[in-house]
Amino acid sequence: MRHLLGIEGLRRADIEALLDRAEAHLRGGPDASHVLRGKVVANLFFEDSTRTRTSFEMAAHALGAEVLNWTMAGSSVSKGETLLDTVRNIEATGPVALVIRHRAAGAPHLVARNVGCAVINAGDGTHEHPSQGLLDAFTLRRRWGNLDGRTVVIVGDILHSRVARSNLHCLTALGAKVVLCGPPTLLPPGLESLGAEVSTRLDEVLPRADAVMCLRLQLERQGENFFPSVREFARLYGLNAARAERLKPEALVMHPGPINRGVELAPAVADGSRSVILEQVAHGVAVRRAILEEVCR
Amino acid sequence: MSPPVLIRRGRVIDPRNGVDGVRDVLVRDGVVAEVSEAPLQVPDAQVVEAAGRWVLPGFIDLHVHLREPGEEGKETILSGSMAAVAGGFTSVVAMPNTKPANDSVLVTEYVLARAREARLCHVYPAGSITKGLKGEELSEMGALVSAGCVCITDDGRPVMNAGIMRRALQYSTLFELPVMVHEEDLTLSGKGVMNEGRTSTRLGLVGIPPSAEVSMVARDLVLLEETGGHLHVAHVSCEGSVRLIREARRRGLKVTAEVTPHHFVLDDEAVGGYDTHARMNPPLRSRRDVEAVREAMVDGTLDAIATDHAPHGVLEKQVEFERAWNGVVGLETALGLTLGLVREGVLSVQRAVTLLTDGPARTFGLPGGHLAPGAPADITVVEPEVEWTVDSARFFSRSRNTPFHGRRLTGRVAQTWVGGRLVFENGQIKESR
Repeated sequence: MRHLLGIEGLRRADIEALLDRAEAHLRGGPDASHVLRGKVVANLFFEDSTRTRTSFEMAAHALGAEVLNWTMAGSSVSKGETLLDTVRNIEATGPVALVIRHRAAGAPHLVARNVGCAVINAGDGTHEHPSQGLLDAFTLRRRWGNLDGRTVVIVGDILHSRVARSNLHCLTALGAKVVLCGPPTLLPPGLESLGAEVSTRLDEVLPRADAVMCLRLQLERQGENFFPSVREFARLYGLNAARAERLKPEALVMHPGPINRGVELAPAVADGSRSVILEQVAHGVAVRRAILEEVCR
Repeated sequence: MSPPVLIRRGRVIDPRNGVDGVRDVLVRDGVVAEVSEAPLQVPDAQVVEAAGRWVLPGFIDLHVHLREPGEEGKETILSGSMAAVAGGFTSVVAMPNTKPANDSVLVTEYVLARAREARLCHVYPAGSITKGLKGEELSEMGALVSAGCVCITDDGRPVMNAGIMRRALQYSTLFELPVMVHEEDLTLSGKGVMNEGRTSTRLGLVGIPPSAEVSMVARDLVLLEETGGHLHVAHVSCEGSVRLIREARRRGLKVTAEVTPHHFVLDDEAVGGYDTHARMNPPLRSRRDVEAVREAMVDGTLDAIATDHAPHGVLEKQVEFERAWNGVVGLETALGLTLGLVREGVLSVQRAVTLLTDGPARTFGLPGGHLAPGAPADITVVEPEVEWTVDSARFFSRSRNTPFHGRRLTGRVAQTWVGGRLVFENGQIKESR
């Protein structure tokens, strides 16, 4: 594939090939430190991110690439430069790939139509976060062998979640059933037609879950009347210890981070035996190595 | 005085006068002199052979943005007039959201003066409902009417304040002036950039629910029932609006409405991979809404096809979708898209012609729209079977923002006559003088 702009539309075989390669990296397979030697990967983060940016950076280094870290702070964007001008200037320095995080949905698509090098979407607005979807699927696959017939409940602010969208596409492509759960105001229309089951009642769906993914609640949404208060949200949709007891004994708990402890996820559950949250982070580098290799071929 | 013109043996479709058949049309002194089933012999006439072509009343577009004064980089009254006649339009109504806005005699007269200089098609100015389109104080409606405005509208923006809207409707009855409304409740559309539905969900873009339009249509129909007057609903985009307008007309309220080609051709899936050329306001709706507006075009709930021709440059469109400006150009593709509905079997030829001619003429009480003797010789000659590919680089408009670039269309304008003068022929603008 030339770019990775989203999971939607990828075939199961494409996804499995990426995960297989990530698996090989994770097991310390053949030395890949020469794959991108002498090449430059540009990280363009128009929105703050630590975890994703450093993960892409480590992945690029592991392949022997140099990394250009471009950030908003002090950039020409604050001087009114357009997105396309910014990326064309960076492209002129000759990177093999642009890793883009942007607050506008579709920004990587606009860039991809206008540059010659590969574009990797590292999260665009409320659209997709494909590398997160892949690493989540990778984490589940390592635990389960495969995802066929499994049920994954994703709970929280579905409307504004790029993680939810990428996971929906990725997990369903791999054979899992995805249940998206949240208050009616945070469930956008048409989710069923994208392959999801939709629920507003977490307690009803928890007993069926093989894994539960709690999404980060963006606390600033409180002022927009999607829900009356963070406290009420936590009461209805937070995965607290009592609610976690409704889960199957072997069910897993996931979170893309960073966590609002005590809001969407209770500390005891986040740190408990079901939690694979740190595995998700650890798998990020291997998955992103696989992505970089794939688009830079 | 120029010689008479005899347009021979074309299929004349003139819905107002119940004509559909091969006729000779004689034009003398800028008006239609005779429409004859039998061939005419007029020794001194310039003869135009139109066999195999359609001879139609010149099209009338109730809704265009010519951008002058203020944004001449996007369009001027001259370039917009060129685009109009190239698309077969002999009359256009110019929206007041210019810079400065047309809320004064001064701007109205400026628009009219520039249109006279362009000397291609009739340009009818629309004045604003409220000063500066701010929705706060009424414009001087009487002065605007006497200067030449044919309707008032704050198009591009709703009149959010119901009290002001009610007063505008009441006061407009003094001049029997249509009040054209852009129906959008801003508290419902919010930061929305496209229709709310499966596609907005898929793309992670903020949706605009149909209720943003429908609830305002409902409000204004309730007001209209109290105040009397003439409400004209611009660019109807969804099923709910159609239903309310249909019901209000049945009850005898004086409400008219228009539809744009993009709303009757495209649904919100056209946004596809964040195509900013598919960003407009109101947004492209669902397939079900497209079907509903098509039905309303057939049953007469909608009176006119209007393009909402809205030129924008690359700067406004080659950006992130959420930052892109709303609007598409439409004058040069309207005919082909309308005839597409005829080919699909949705519209009869006669109804399609009505929606481009008689319908809009009656809606605003404009001259033209038909070809009876004495009518202005505003005539569009169409080659109905010619296939062509939309190439935005070849538009006469200064702007290229169309979602139809590359689309195959059938039916092309061969000639456009305005006041008996040939202003466009076979892809070329004829010299104005």
